[in-house]
This record gives sequence, C-alpha cells and structure tokens, in this order.
Amino acid sequence: MRKYVVNRLLWTIVVLLGVAFIIFTILYFTPGDPTEMLLGANATPVELAAKRAALGIDKPYIVQLYNFYVDTFIKFDLGTSWTYETPVIDALIERLPRTVLMNLASMLITIAVGLPLGISAARHQGKWQDYGVIGGSMVLISLPSFWVALEAIVLFSVMLGWLPSHGIGGIKYYILPVLTSALPGIAGNARQMRSAMLEVIRADFVTTARAKGQEEGVIVRKHILPNAMMPVITMIGGRFGHIVSGSSITERIFSIPGVGLYLLNGISYRDYPIIRGCTLFFALFNAICVLLTDLVYAWVDPRIKAQYKSGRRR
Amino acid sequence: MKKETKNTVKRKGQVLETFKRIFRTPTSKLGGVIFGIIIFIAIFAPWIAPYTAYEMDLKSIYLSPCKEHWLGTDYMGRDVLSRLMYGAKYSLTLGLITAFAGNCLGVILGSIAGYFGGMTETLVMRFCDIWSAIPGMLLTIIISAALGPGYFNTVIAMSIGGVPQGARMTRGQILVERNKEYLEAAESMNTPKASIMFKHLLPNVISPTIISMTMGIGGNITQAAGLSYLGLGVQPPTPEWGAMLSDGTSNFTTYPYLLLFPGLVIGITVLAINLIGDGVRDALDPKLRN
Repeated sequence: MRKYVVNRLLWTIVVLLGVAFIIFTILYFTPGDPTEMLLGANATPVELAAKRAALGIDKPYIVQLYNFYVDTFIKFDLGTSWTYETPVIDALIERLPRTVLMNLASMLITIAVGLPLGISAARHQGKWQDYGVIGGSMVLISLPSFWVALEAIVLFSVMLGWLPSHGIGGIKYYILPVLTSALPGIAGNARQMRSAMLEVIRADFVTTARAKGQEEGVIVRKHILPNAMMPVITMIGGRFGHIVSGSSITERIFSIPGVGLYLLNGISYRDYPIIRGCTLFFALFNAICVLLTDLVYAWVDPRIKAQYKSGRRR
Repeated sequence: MKKETKNTVKRKGQVLETFKRIFRTPTSKLGGVIFGIIIFIAIFAPWIAPYTAYEMDLKSIYLSPCKEHWLGTDYMGRDVLSRLMYGAKYSLTLGLITAFAGNCLGVILGSIAGYFGGMTETLVMRFCDIWSAIPGMLLTIIISAALGPGYFNTVIAMSIGGVPQGARMTRGQILVERNKEYLEAAESMNTPKASIMFKHLLPNVISPTIISMTMGIGGNITQAAGLSYLGLGVQPPTPEWGAMLSDGTSNFTTYPYLLLFPGLVIGITVLAINLIGDGVRDALDPKLRN
C-alpha cells in the first residue's frame, strides 16, 4: 500500500512537470506580444523591447523554459504578476480559501441532496418519485448553469431583494453562488446514484437478504449502499477537482475574488505568470483529489485493498 | 460484387434497427421531435425568420416582446427571435463537430494504445494522463485564449479538450476485447493490422464512445455558451446563442428577456439532445440490452 502511494506521488510530480511544459509551450507560441498589452498602444518599440528584456521574454524558447522549470520546481517560485506586480503565490494563498470553501460547500450540498434523491428514485423505480427525479435532473443538467445563476440574480437580488448579487462579505454573499453551482452536481449525483443502485438492487445477495426476512432499511444500508457507492465515490472525487477549476464562471458572475477570477484576469491581460501559476495549481489540486479518491476507494472496498496488498494493480 | 451489395443491405438493416431501438421510448421520441424542429429551423432560418439576424432598427431598440417582435428586440433593435433562429446553425454545429472531432481523435489514440500495447500504450496513456491533468474547462479556456476568439478557434479548443477521455474509454474497451478469439482468428489469417483494428476490433468497442459522444453534444453546447460568456468563444454580432447570452448580460437587470430567451433555447436544445442520448445509451449499452 505504501509503495503504491509513493509511486502515485512520484507520478504526480511527473504529471506536473508535463503540465508545466504544455502550458508554457501554449503560451509561448501564442501569437502577439504581451508587452503591448502591458504598456498600452502608445509605447515606442524601444520601450517594448526594454520591457521584454526586463520580463525575460526576449530569450529563446529553451532558455525561458529552463528558467521557468528552475523557478517553479526548484525555487518553488511561481513568479511575479506582470500587471499587479505582486508574487503569484501570495495572491493564490490569499484567494484560495474563498474558492475552496465555496466549492466545498457546493459539493457537500450535491452529496447531501443528490444521493438521497437517487436512492429514493431507485427504491421506487417506475413510480412518481423515480419519474420526478429523472425528469428534474434531466432539466437541471440541460440548463446552462451560468444562465441559471444569472436568472437567480434577477429573481432573488433584483426582484425580491433578498440576497446580494455580487461581491464578498458575510455568508449571505455565498448563498447564491453555492446553490446555483450545486444544481448540476445534484442532478448528476442523483442520476449516478440511481443507476448504480439499480445495478445492485437485483443482485442475488439482495434477494437472499430479502428471503431471510431482513428489514428493508437494513438491506439498503448494509447490503445495497456499500456496493452501489463505488462508482459514485469515483465520480464525486474526480469531479471535485474539475468543479474547482470550473468555478471561474461562477466567480466572474458573482464577482468573487477567488482563484478562478484571478486566472480570468490573467488571461484578459495576458499575464503569463498568473496563467501558468493558476494552471499548475489547479492541476496539482486535481491530482490530489484523484489520489485521495483512489485511496478512499481502496480503503472502502476490501477487494481492491487485497489487490494492492498482493502488489499487483488492475 | 454481389456479396458486397448483400453486405450493405444487411448493414442498412442494422442501422435502421438501432435507430428504431433508440426512439423506442416516448422520452427519446420527444427529444427527437424537438431536435428535428431545431434542425429544420437551423437550415431554413433565412426563409422562415421574420427578420434577418443583423437587420438593425434604431427606432425600436429594447422593445419588450410584442406583436411585431415576438421575443422583443436588443440594443440595436435587432429581432431576438430571428437572431435565435439564425444562431441555431452555429450552436448546433459547435456541439456536434466538437463532440465528434474530440471523440474521433480519442478513439484513434485509444485504439492504437490498446491494440499495440507495450511501449506505445504506455506512451500514449501517460501523455493522456498529463493532458487530462489540466481540467477540461480550464484547458479549453486557455487554448481558446491562446488561439483568440472566433467560431473555428472555439471548435479547435473544445475538440482538444475531449481527446484524453475518449482515448481512455476506447483503450479500456479494447483491453477487454484484446484477447478474444475472433481477433486471434483474424491474425492467424494474416489480416493486415489496420484492417483488424478498424474492421474487427473497432465495431466491437465503439458503443461506449457513441454513447458518450451523444451525451457530450449537449454539454459542449453549454460549454461553448460559457466560453462566449467569458468573451473567449464566438463573438457578437454572430448570433450564436452563447454570444447572445453574453450580449444580454450587459444589462440583464433592466431587460431580463434578453437573457431569458437565449438561455431557454439552449436549455431546450440540450434537453432534447440529452433525451436522445439516453435513448442511444439504452439502445447500445450491452448491459441494458436484455
């Protein structure tokens, strides 16, 4: 088990090196000159050249790439933002709690609401609960979530005046972003949970449990759920990393100064250190989420644990 | 010659059969009908739309829905209904092309990896691991920022994001099939590798990809709208639905209908596609077939 974890951690480092290479290369070959954006349209060619030299982007590709790798992976320095002129790492640390808390809350809601809905749909297959959950989740998945967020602002902030529409402050400011970004997740979880349960519900061991006269509640809790949870855990864990990086749009809509909005600002000013830093950060976050999911998976499912112990994977 | 015609007839029958199976349930029928209407509108928009998409009328800007303009007009006095009809073409093709292109590349990479195994497999899959370590939406945002906005750049950016997932799925399927007897039989008859891959192996592993492709179309339409909202996708004045939405956001608190209708249209379209997608899954998933 420990060997597996160590291997996975080493592989994560390789992945990060690869991500750094991809993101650096994409940005390097992006046409246009970022210094024109920084200095404005009135800058002379001499000024532009001086700025390029100051930022170190006049050097050849391979030298820049080498410097980037040394700075990032040996000195652990993500560089200084060109527009804000503050270290990227400081900004990330300052903004991280907002992004993570918002998404954590949203994910907890998707679990707390989505899974019970899915379970109840599967237990009442073919009845109104089932059709309600299927239909509702289908509609929720189909609506663009940022549009739902904007319409929620129209309804709750403009027309009813109950909740603030943007910015940060108290907990009130997070209600709309958290709820609107949770909606598609609720629908996804409910659908996944339902189909996972339906797959198990007809298994022989469930029939056996029924035949020996076990209570329905115990059957669901002890026999069906542990077996149906596997694919659901993978999905939830894998999605968390993606949700966090997808929160850019939510943060833009509600003007929440989190990591996602930082990245979007970096993109619109062509601030390469910000874009690189945020991407690496999101990739790391994603990798950690996937790793934790796999560990939880192995921990929950004795069959997988046994596989790791025998030293063979797959 | 004769044998070949027979073969095509049989294949046609198979396609028809699958089609019937997809549209067996009432929900997928509903989805099919709505999708058909939207495709009809997308093709015939220039003939059936009451106005053109770019026709400005500065005397009637920001009209609420009324008799002349069923869904109102925008800040340049352009008819919202007509723009939605013209825009169907852009949004639909965006969803279809990106889902198809991304999955195709994925299938090619995945089947190469799965069939040849060994070093090739390790290289391709490790590359996909790294590629997908950057979360999809983020990668799409960055690539479209690098390429610049516009219809074709959006198509490229979104297609690239779908490759690793398709590759991984195809490879997983091929690993299941790789040691089956019909492949051994084909190999023993000295069938060329390309022919084994595309004629024997691929038809047996393609179902999950087709399912995820149909499911992906709707998601891609929404994602394209999201990109347009961020100002990175298709740009106004192109009447793509996402671009219209992002136009509508500039003063959506005063003129909520400019935001409401594009969003509803996207929602209905994606819903129709997802309903068909469920039908496709039911028809093709071997686990559900009995």
